[in-house]
Amino acid sequence: MTVVDTRKDPGALTLEIVNEFTAPPEKVWELWADPRKLERWWGPPTWPATFTDHDFVPGGEARYFMTGPEGEKAHGWWRFVSITPVDGLEFDDGFADDTGSPQPDSPVIHGRVTLTGTDAGTRMTVTTRFDSLQQMEEVVAMGMVEGMTGALGQADAILAEG
Amino acid sequence: MDADHVDRVFAALADRTRRDIVRRVLHEQESVSALARRYDMTFAAVQKHVAVLERAALVTKHTHGRERLVRGNVEAVRAAARLLDAYEDVWRGRLDRMHALLDEGDPT
Repeated sequence: MTVVDTRKDPGALTLEIVNEFTAPPEKVWELWADPRKLERWWGPPTWPATFTDHDFVPGGEARYFMTGPEGEKAHGWWRFVSITPVDGLEFDDGFADDTGSPQPDSPVIHGRVTLTGTDAGTRMTVTTRFDSLQQMEEVVAMGMVEGMTGALGQADAILAEG
Repeated sequence: MDADHVDRVFAALADRTRRDIVRRVLHEQESVSALARRYDMTFAAVQKHVAVLERAALVTKHTHGRERLVRGNVEAVRAAARLLDAYEDVWRGRLDRMHALLDEGDPT
């Protein structure tokens, strides 16, 4: 089990998930900094992500879409609020329309990532916060699909380990 | 659960006393007066907390003789927890894929 701790606070609408990697922080950082790596884990196997923009500087933005089993596309955007190489980043993540433009009045998730080097590798803490309950419900409703397929991905990873 | 209901549920659970009340009455029903004795607050204040929980359908009230018994609604509490659990699953899937990617890059 690599997830070492999760903290859910329904009152504050936050989820904190702490995870440990055997890789050093520089390698884990690449998973966020390199869009070709980022797109290989952000979307579930049945809804892979493609990042078309990834301006990895404070205030920079990213654009991506996820492609579903029927070829349907779900667009999203990120705004990098802060970037402190190898230590952490903060970003906002939201839904976009078919042209990739952020959708007004749609949920925005505030994410904060911190990486800490440990004797064993890296400890990564991801904290996500929603602005409102309705927004969380909307995101969760969409994420239910991801959750299901994520579980299948987990099974694949275990099988691959043999 | 519609959005308004979700709103009421999470607002109800945002308060520590109310979370404590839910935890107790899920285990065993209690009267409002018995609950009031457990907390350092007035009977009216506890009654108000119970009313908030009742509107969110997290607890139900039943009359038993002269007593008003408060009972936890297991289903509603589970539904609230499921929302955050579902989002946690999304992240667990992502973390698994991150691990798989890092393993791939490791020649050992």
